[in-house]
Amino acid sequence: MSALLQMQSISKTFPGVKALDNVSIDVAPGEIHAICGENGAGKSTLMKVLSGVYPIGSYDGQITYDGEVVNFRDIRDSEAKGIIIIHQELALIPLLTIAENIFLGNERARGGVIDWPETFRQTEALLAKVGLREAPGTIVGKLGVGKQQLVEIAKALSRNVRLLILDEPTAALSESDSQALLDLLLELKGQGVTSIIISHKLNEVRRVADRVTVIRDGATISTLDAKGLTEDKIVRDMVGRDMAHRYPERERRAGEVVFELRNWNVWHPEQRERQMIRDVSLTVRAGEVVGIAGLMGAGRTELAMSVFGRSYGRNISGQAFVRGQEVDVSTVDRAIKAGLAYVTEDRKTLGLILEQTIRRNTILANLDGVSRRGVVDESRETEVAEKYRSALRIRTPSVFQKVMNLSGGNQQKVVLAKWLFTAPDVLVLDEPTRGIDVGAKYEIYNIINDLSREGRAVVMISSEMPELLGMCDRIYVMNQGGFVGELTAEEASQEAIMSLIVRE
Amino acid sequence: MERTESAPRTGLGEYVARHIREYGLLFALIAIMAFFQIVTGGVLLRPVNITNLFLQNSYIIIMALGMLLVIVSGHIDLSVGSVMGFIGALAAVMIVQMGMPVWQAMVVCIITGMAIGAVQGYFVAYWKIPSFIVTLAGMLVFRGLSLWLLAGQSVGPFPQNFQQLSTGFIADPFGFDRPNGLALAVGVLSVLLILWIGLRARARNLRYGMEDEPFALFLIRNGIIAAALLFVTWKLAWFRGLPNVLLSMVVLTVIYVFLTERTTIGRRVYATGGNAKAAKLSGIRTERLTFLVFVNMGLLAALAGLVFAARLNTATPRAGFAVELDVIAAVFIGGASMSGGVGKIVGAVVGAFIMGVMNNGMSIMGIGIDYQQVIKGLVLLAAVFFDVYNKNREG
Repeated sequence: MSALLQMQSISKTFPGVKALDNVSIDVAPGEIHAICGENGAGKSTLMKVLSGVYPIGSYDGQITYDGEVVNFRDIRDSEAKGIIIIHQELALIPLLTIAENIFLGNERARGGVIDWPETFRQTEALLAKVGLREAPGTIVGKLGVGKQQLVEIAKALSRNVRLLILDEPTAALSESDSQALLDLLLELKGQGVTSIIISHKLNEVRRVADRVTVIRDGATISTLDAKGLTEDKIVRDMVGRDMAHRYPERERRAGEVVFELRNWNVWHPEQRERQMIRDVSLTVRAGEVVGIAGLMGAGRTELAMSVFGRSYGRNISGQAFVRGQEVDVSTVDRAIKAGLAYVTEDRKTLGLILEQTIRRNTILANLDGVSRRGVVDESRETEVAEKYRSALRIRTPSVFQKVMNLSGGNQQKVVLAKWLFTAPDVLVLDEPTRGIDVGAKYEIYNIINDLSREGRAVVMISSEMPELLGMCDRIYVMNQGGFVGELTAEEASQEAIMSLIVRE
Repeated sequence: MERTESAPRTGLGEYVARHIREYGLLFALIAIMAFFQIVTGGVLLRPVNITNLFLQNSYIIIMALGMLLVIVSGHIDLSVGSVMGFIGALAAVMIVQMGMPVWQAMVVCIITGMAIGAVQGYFVAYWKIPSFIVTLAGMLVFRGLSLWLLAGQSVGPFPQNFQQLSTGFIADPFGFDRPNGLALAVGVLSVLLILWIGLRARARNLRYGMEDEPFALFLIRNGIIAAALLFVTWKLAWFRGLPNVLLSMVVLTVIYVFLTERTTIGRRVYATGGNAKAAKLSGIRTERLTFLVFVNMGLLAALAGLVFAARLNTATPRAGFAVELDVIAAVFIGGASMSGGVGKIVGAVVGAFIMGVMNNGMSIMGIGIDYQQVIKGLVLLAAVFFDVYNKNREG
């Protein structure tokens, strides 16, 4: 059986990062092919290369589809060939109807005038195919996520899909919706549609997939028949990597409990019935680095933000304690006064004022620390900025540079400087090394170790499991808004974390 | 790739090129003044006309101070013209028709202005209604309320002491008549003060390595400012001396420069406008700050309304019509960014003077109001284009 799709030796480089390194994959006609890998392994990049989001010339390697070499310049080229990708974040327009969404950009029209009866007739046929019992005139925003997913598939069918790519299709779905979706995939397979499914949920992969390709660090590790494949084998292939010497040595020394969270519950800010954080309790001791592991969407950032001045969610309940005293963390400035600091995941949109200088960003969270009666002492401000510049080795000719001119690693150090100047007892670091190069990562790890040596309590959220394993004294594993396990440094391994997550 | 790694030592020409925006604004003002001085045959810089320039533009400058803060915090206020007219009408009704003492009426007017700002700020800050919409509504509401207050009539004249607010001059303690001794003394003293402050700041900045303006440029820049100051005060001295309103403008400008550059509140406004989410996550109460910025705008709009009514010596239903556009244009010509976080008080004041000199110069030349509008519009577009062009070239 000759392959429908062959991607050969695909390499793709972003400035400073090799995202894909000689990845090859082949997909047979009529099969369901699963791609597994950790966050950041390169799965989504590979699919973007395939669908033309990254056009020909921006990557190395060759794509053969249906027996001929293809050079997609944009997503329209790939769609014309019947390759349709459904992203994790759905691309539907919530204020339009199902019918309008399905035929968006592909309208049933005569001379530019939309033929509504024809549109609705075809929509009904498509909805029947995907098993969605809704009127074509229903506004998409009123449907649940599961039904929206079906609309996306109906939209793909309307474009004569031959190769359907689903990126984490069940991540946001309930159990029954997931089952329905997987059944639909099997049914489409019976009708000759080939699918690629990217998923973390290994039980689902084993249920529908014919073959599984595992990608790690931008390279293909294995392609195996799903029949007889164990979850253990997949997990091993997903995580196995050399971890020596990527993390500085740290002495483990945990003191008294500095921070404690009891029975923390948070609901979604808009979807009122959706609980985002379920009954989370955690403790962090002085000098301890505690990790929170989990996949994207597990609720780690939401947990941190909701604790830090209720910056996320509604109906928040639970108690927070600093050194045994219950503290009020209901606004950001109260949380700061209580001794908390939160280094945000997205430094550019949530952490920094890019237009302003390093100096001004450094003192932003503690303006009162450099001012008297509301007047800023600029000399003091400069001294503070200079102090952190040398302490954190922020590489810049002067602290009067705008932070937008700094590299990612140096920007991250400025964010850290800002929070260190508030002299926090508890630092929550959300993806502290995301998007920065290896050398800068190592420096950030050193800073974290220095902080814990000073007796601060550090909570580290990271999607990179090796980083958590290399840095943390203890790791909480989070999934679907709740803690599903707690591992000491000795117990923790990538396999142990992954199996706690995929056990769901 | 790291542009930040390059050493900051630069030559004169390169330095000017890098700071083209700041110098460009000053040079543009000088060039425009020189142009009109020539085409009006020297009328522009006659003592009486310089005095007029200040009187005519005072209310725009006063409101530009508040508008700068509004725009820096990422908002806009379309209602200031209407609010200004409304406050003038309120003052006229209270002073002329009800016979209320001038000081009492002024206090009521200022408080009313702040209350108006508070209401608009409340909707913008706490209900997250776009300021464009809230203040558009305010613009209509207060335009209507001025008409209602004045019953469609002009109300005036005001008593002498109220007029003094705008048209009065500060008495000369030295007792000369022409030239006015106070004006000359103030001119010389302020030049010395500016040089002293400039040198002191320069010395301090050099110590921290944050100053790289070549000394020659420092001299040229301050020389131009000093010459302009001496020239203006010399001219004013040969008319009637220092107008009261000039004094209030200068005092207000100094206060707002200090507020924006040296206080924690100023820092917080810029941070909020630069990145509201990051500011909020740094513990800044961005809602309360936005609210206060609008209260402040209301206060200044009220002050401008009093100054304007005092100058015209009557309150008319059309007072303040479309003035918000001049105020907003002044702030943008002065280099503020529509997306917030960027802009300076001095820039806004210079921007207002550029608008004012053009208005005045074109009126002297007898250019019709139709062409005036076209030219002002093109100057605004050119100024902002210049900004964006430079930014793209940098980035």
